[in-house]
Amino acid sequence: MSVPRFWRELDTRYNLIGSYCKLTKTYHFPRRSFDPDVGRESIGTMEDYQFKGTGDVINCTVVHQAQTGYEMFGPYCMAIIKLDEGPKITSQIVDCNPKTVKPGMKVKAVFRKLGEDSESGILHYGTKFILKEIPQIEDDNESLSNIEL
Amino acid sequence: MRDVSIIGIGITKFGELWDKSLRELGLETGLSAINDAGITSKDIDALYIGNMAAGSTLQQEHVSALMADYCGLTNNHVPATRVEAASASGGLALRQAYMAIAGGFIDIAVVGGAEKMTDVSDSESSYTVSMGSDEQWESKAGATFASLHAMIAQSHISEYGTTREEMSAVSSKNHYHASMNPMAQFPFKISSEAVSNSGIVSSPLRMLDCAPNSDGAAAVVLCASEKSSKYTKKAIKIIGSGQASDTLSLHHRKYLNRMPAIGIAAKRAFESCGKKPKDLDLIEIHDNFTISEIIALEEIGIFKRGEAGAKILDGETKLGGKIPVNTSGGLKARGHAPGATGIAQVVEIVQQLRGEAGDRQVKNAKIGMVENHGGTAATAVVHILEGE
Repeated sequence: MSVPRFWRELDTRYNLIGSYCKLTKTYHFPRRSFDPDVGRESIGTMEDYQFKGTGDVINCTVVHQAQTGYEMFGPYCMAIIKLDEGPKITSQIVDCNPKTVKPGMKVKAVFRKLGEDSESGILHYGTKFILKEIPQIEDDNESLSNIEL
Repeated sequence: MRDVSIIGIGITKFGELWDKSLRELGLETGLSAINDAGITSKDIDALYIGNMAAGSTLQQEHVSALMADYCGLTNNHVPATRVEAASASGGLALRQAYMAIAGGFIDIAVVGGAEKMTDVSDSESSYTVSMGSDEQWESKAGATFASLHAMIAQSHISEYGTTREEMSAVSSKNHYHASMNPMAQFPFKISSEAVSNSGIVSSPLRMLDCAPNSDGAAAVVLCASEKSSKYTKKAIKIIGSGQASDTLSLHHRKYLNRMPAIGIAAKRAFESCGKKPKDLDLIEIHDNFTISEIIALEEIGIFKRGEAGAKILDGETKLGGKIPVNTSGGLKARGHAPGATGIAQVVEIVQQLRGEAGDRQVKNAKIGMVENHGGTAATAVVHILEGE
């Protein structure tokens, strides 16, 4: 990812900054210039909003063939999360056995490394999510290698 | 509006075509389509090219001029246009040519689709495919294209009780059809059990649920129907065309287990010709993953929501069944070369409606549909074809 592009997205990526539409009283992530439900009537009524970073897992999958740049994380959990304010977001759920994540679980945002361009390239940071309550599992490494599918 | 017919077709074998370049693939299919139509290069008013990813995979943009040049169309300065909508590029290129002829701007167009996915590593081609979803908020967050479809499948399973066996039946059926298609990348049968036991890609999707990233090309010649008899006696009419968009990101949709753009594009195509789902004799569906074929058949209205899986398992979409789906082998077994796929689907329906599909011929096929979509169905394009 180019440096200007990453810099431009810092606010959104680091701090979950999106938009609040004062006209329809709805939240949007990522930032929108207008609310797609009401169109240009909402231009000028959108203000920046920092999401609390808490929400529920709507759906999830254990990724075994990792995304390019994510090989070191595999197998990992990708999820669609509904933030408490309403908008949905696609993110990785970390710090747990990926197979223990289930729809309905509460999650919260954390600041993590997303990847790097190369050994000497820039590091990318951003938001990932963790479970609010970690389910108890005996031996993390062992269960990881014996994921039932 | 004028009627538009397909008067010529051409297709390469799909697969790992390491000995052929993009321009060679394009020329090969373009020439066979022109020969099939009985036209010469002087008759061609315009060229449309469906290509998704030449910039990412070959560092070559401006594929329209490249194709016009290597197909020998630059002496006449034939206008050439590239159309891109991820895996729907081919279907969309067809629609642009269709509209230009129907609108009376031109009489004859060649529509080609071509893609080279195996000049780069598996990892690079997979990332290229995921560019059809939201790169910034899906791919970069770690979501592979398969993982997005895995969540679509998971959601369909939770809501409708769709089973592993039903998804495997899609793949197994498409491989069975491909075993009769000499142009298919994987022209052999695979059992349902083999699909169910293949390696896990992203739960619940397994390796044999997923279409490959292939090389390949296909082309068709479109002609104003009123002039088609000058060239051929076996013209196939495009009687319906529809297109629709949706949010680029899956997570912005209300339902994860639906693909509304497909349903709306199909509705528009049906409305443009006054036909209904029951009028169709066969369909080519964009089965980039097995779950996509299940959902697309529900969106088009062939089966009720939640019922497609069971009907597929019962054999209703198999050759000889009520409504054969993907007699070519589909994306899974014929192969999936994104820009070429939408055109390859049309080539299959034309062969079927002409009665030239050999062992996989659908008896008395009169009306066929082609459903082609891009990303997680953020673009969908549907055409309905009728034999004369």
